[in-house]
Order: sequence, then structure tokens, then C-alpha cells
Amino acid sequence: MSHSQTASVRVAEHEVHHASPTPIGFWIYLMSDCIIFGALFATYAVLGGGFAGGPGPKDLFEPGFVAIETALLLFSSITFGLAMLQAGKGKRDGTMMWLMVTGLLGAGFIAMELYEFRHLIHIGAGPDRSAFLSSFFALVGTHGLHVTGGLIWLVTLLTQIKAHGLTTANMRRLGTLSVFWHFLDLIWIGVFSFVYLVRLI
Amino acid sequence: MSADTHSHHDDHHDDHHGDHDHGTMGQLMIGFALAAILTIIPFGLVMAEVEMDRTTLVGIIMGLGAVQIVVHLKFFLHLSTKSEEGSTFMSTMLAVIILVIVLAGSLWVMHNMNENMMPEHEMDQMIEEMQSLQSQQG
Repeated sequence: MSHSQTASVRVAEHEVHHASPTPIGFWIYLMSDCIIFGALFATYAVLGGGFAGGPGPKDLFEPGFVAIETALLLFSSITFGLAMLQAGKGKRDGTMMWLMVTGLLGAGFIAMELYEFRHLIHIGAGPDRSAFLSSFFALVGTHGLHVTGGLIWLVTLLTQIKAHGLTTANMRRLGTLSVFWHFLDLIWIGVFSFVYLVRLI
Repeated sequence: MSADTHSHHDDHHDDHHGDHDHGTMGQLMIGFALAAILTIIPFGLVMAEVEMDRTTLVGIIMGLGAVQIVVHLKFFLHLSTKSEEGSTFMSTMLAVIILVIVLAGSLWVMHNMNENMMPEHEMDQMIEEMQSLQSQQG
């Protein structure tokens, strides 16, 4: 950053930076969301052993199934990153294409999660069965609701970009959704490690 | 804007017109490779049913999870001490402190409670032992 040109760009960016309080505000929201998930993780840690004579993790969880869910979410994070790179170059069509791929991967994840929940409830391992299953459904369900919210936001933003192009406002929204989407993938790391894998050993 | 992007400036002529750090292709791919490796190892360990001490295995899985969270923060969320004059980093650290208190505190308190709350059948045994001790003394 020694060139005078980059220095001036830096100053300009600095001004833009303070023009919008959205990035820092949204980050603070995400951190509070992180604490909600922390509380749900703590609940699962405390109640995770309360089977009440019902089925345990080894009877219910399938590592292969969770691996595919994890892959879908990780790939969707990458495709969102690619969409951001396209947006940075001002390419509207490329951005929209990668956003759609991200949306499809996210929808695939939600479909798998709904299938799992439906299956568990069907075999009598619903959230009302034991403390373990209550805390499981609360934690994984909250994450799923967040992803669903992200999908609705993504579709809304796609229509916005289609109608108005990559305007400053849409770029800001895209950046914010990007942070949200990557954050949900980060929470999922905790879920697949702590909720599923550790309980399967 | 952030220190870790300017090293890739030469191969990317993006003009940084947004107010966000979008990262570079290189960063994204490094992050992806690291995240993929850190995901495959724990799944592999569980699915291959590796013969290992349970505590070690739990430690490995949780450790790799923690490392992957850091990888995501750095390569996908572009967390740095410099963005927003450090406010982003500060709020993250505050969240981490609260998380540690909530998680460690809950586990500690509930563990203590479970230790000190005696199950009913053990309680009955204790009362019987006490009574027999008293009758012996008396």
C-alpha cells in the first residue's frame, strides 16, 4: 500500500466505509445469533444423555447422510464466494448464475433435513420422545430455519438484481447475505462435529 | 481495504468499488481446500470405525471442528483486526467470551448438580447404612 494511487483508493474506501453502518451492524447481529446457538449447543450438551429409555444417537444418526448434507452446505458456501467474485467484476449474469446454484444447494440441504426430521418423527423419535431429542430438534431445527430464511432472502435478492442490476444497494445486500450464508456454514461445523459425529463413536 | 487482499492485487484488477472485502479466487480456493480436508478427516474417522481411544477420538473431532471454524472466519468471512477499525474483531471477541462463559458455565454447573444430586435408590441405601451404624453404636 505504498503507491499514492492505492493510498487514495484507501481513503475513498474509508469514506464509503463510514457511509453505511450495515456491515458492522449485521456482524453484531450475527454475533448475538451466535450466542443463541451457543445456548442451544449448551442445552444439547447437558440434555444429550437423557434418552428416557428411547432411541439414542447410534440408533438414529447415519454418518453418510450427514456427510452429504455437510457437502451441500460447504459447496453452497463456495458457489456464493464465486458469485461474490463475479459481482466484484460487475458481471450480473455470472453473479445470478452462481446465486442460483447456491440456492439449489441450500434447497437440497433443507430438503434432506426435512426428510430426516419427518423420518425421525415417523419412527416415534420426535422432539417429544426424550430430552435428547428435544434438544436435538431445537438446535438443528433453529439452524434449518436460518438456512430457510437465507433462501428466501436469496430469492428476493435475485429478483432485485434481475430488476435493478448490481447497484450499490444490491451490492451491499449481496455482501450482507454472503456473510450470513458463510456464518450458517460455520454453525453447521459445530452441528456435524458435536451433535452427530462425536455421538456416533 | 484489508491487508490480506493486496498480495493478490497483481493477478486481479478488481477495482474494490464496494464497501466489503470480497476476497479473491485464491483465498476462496485455499479456504475450500482446507475446509474440505478438515471435514473429510472427522467423517472418515467415524465412518471407517477407526479403533482408537474414545476420548482421543472426541478430542480430534472437536479440535478439527475448532480449526475449521477459524478457517471459515479467515477465508470466507474475511475476519481481520483491521476491518471497521477493529470493531468487527472486538465484537467477535466479546461473543467468544460470552460463548465460553455460557458453554463452560452450563456444563460445569450441570455436572456439579448431577454429582451432588443423589439418585433415589442410592439415597435409600445411604439411609439404611446410617441406621445400621446408629444401631451398632447404640
